[in-house]
Amino acid sequence: MEDIDAIAVLQDPVRRRLYEYVAAQGREVGRNEAAEAAGVTRTLAAHHLDKLAEAGLLESGSRRLTGRSGPGAGRPAKVYTRARAERAVSLPARDYRTAAELLAEAAEQAGLDAGLCAAARRRGEALRGAAAPCGNLEEAMEVLASRGYEPHLEGAEEVTGADARVVRMRNCPFHAVAERFPPLVCGMNLALLEGLFGTDGPVRARMDARPGECCVVVEASKNNED
Amino acid sequence: MTASTHAAHLAELNVATLRHPLDDPRSAPFVEMLDPVNAAADSAPGFVWRLVEDGAADATGLRPAGENVIVNLSVWETQEALRDFAYRSGHLDAMRRRREWFEQHVEAHLVLWWVPAGHLPTVGEALERLADLRAHGPSPRAFTFDSSCTAAEAAQHLRTMPPTQSEQAAPSARPEPAGDSAV
Repeated sequence: MEDIDAIAVLQDPVRRRLYEYVAAQGREVGRNEAAEAAGVTRTLAAHHLDKLAEAGLLESGSRRLTGRSGPGAGRPAKVYTRARAERAVSLPARDYRTAAELLAEAAEQAGLDAGLCAAARRRGEALRGAAAPCGNLEEAMEVLASRGYEPHLEGAEEVTGADARVVRMRNCPFHAVAERFPPLVCGMNLALLEGLFGTDGPVRARMDARPGECCVVVEASKNNED
Repeated sequence: MTASTHAAHLAELNVATLRHPLDDPRSAPFVEMLDPVNAAADSAPGFVWRLVEDGAADATGLRPAGENVIVNLSVWETQEALRDFAYRSGHLDAMRRRREWFEQHVEAHLVLWWVPAGHLPTVGEALERLADLRAHGPSPRAFTFDSSCTAAEAAQHLRTMPPTQSEQAAPSARPEPAGDSAV
């Protein structure tokens, strides 16, 4: 399916809500759960979820949602996760991704990490503009969400206090280029976020890479460092 | 190291030319990261082995590729395991700062190749693979993340091709600088 056709599948508002819900969970989601979240019947949710899977926007599988196995555990249920493939449409046709890859390749070969990071930090500062740095993690999550990072709080249940929480990001907006040139592009990403949040404000960005997520976490600054 | 069901393991060598000696204050942030990053490697999923100098915690004291060149030689169960450690762990934070500590390499500085499970590559063998990559470009004998092949492809290729023949175009082949591959 062409990217433009796949994206057009999201025009239906119910489908869009279902897609956004599944994408935001970062795990397999069953039909009942998705239906409840979107406020529609299970039958309607199943219809739209399968349309999204046909369009390649979601991937479907089957799993026993009860967590039990063996006799009496029930039939496997159909579950959905966001597909890994990227979809992009530009009208008129433009190809910034190839440009980004070529520029990154040249920067990598020339060892331009420091210059790239300086530019990224300036861009982050410019994006923040005259606004004060984010005052807390909730504000930081809004900023990150508006830039496509898909932030979520981790450690919220911990009883060790608010400082144990970190914001992690399910999405890397620079994924394709970051996969090819990780230290260069992930360093750029960190510098951009450092510029955006400031390095001595109430929240700060720090690199803490792990598989499947953005390389950066955002956390409350520790005033009593060291 | 745990028993592995993989018949082939992925060996990795990378070389890095120090801008300053390891006891120089400018190298201190790198030296501070050695122990935690090596510990993370040792406990990373799919880690098999890494070269360490006798009686030391790492291989930074070994200088088989030149007095100011440190080598990193390790073995992994899969390419994904190595990639996850290299680029999706605390190791990435060290790599992000590589230009502060290491010279920019004109030639390939990382090489991957398949070894039979249980085989621990020697430094000499590793430097030969790097020399092969530099001289002939990527092939199933010596490749990179961008030009990788599976263990099965490599085995198939090495069975059907004479060992001396370079089967692929060598787009970035450059003459080997004297002394750089001395073992």
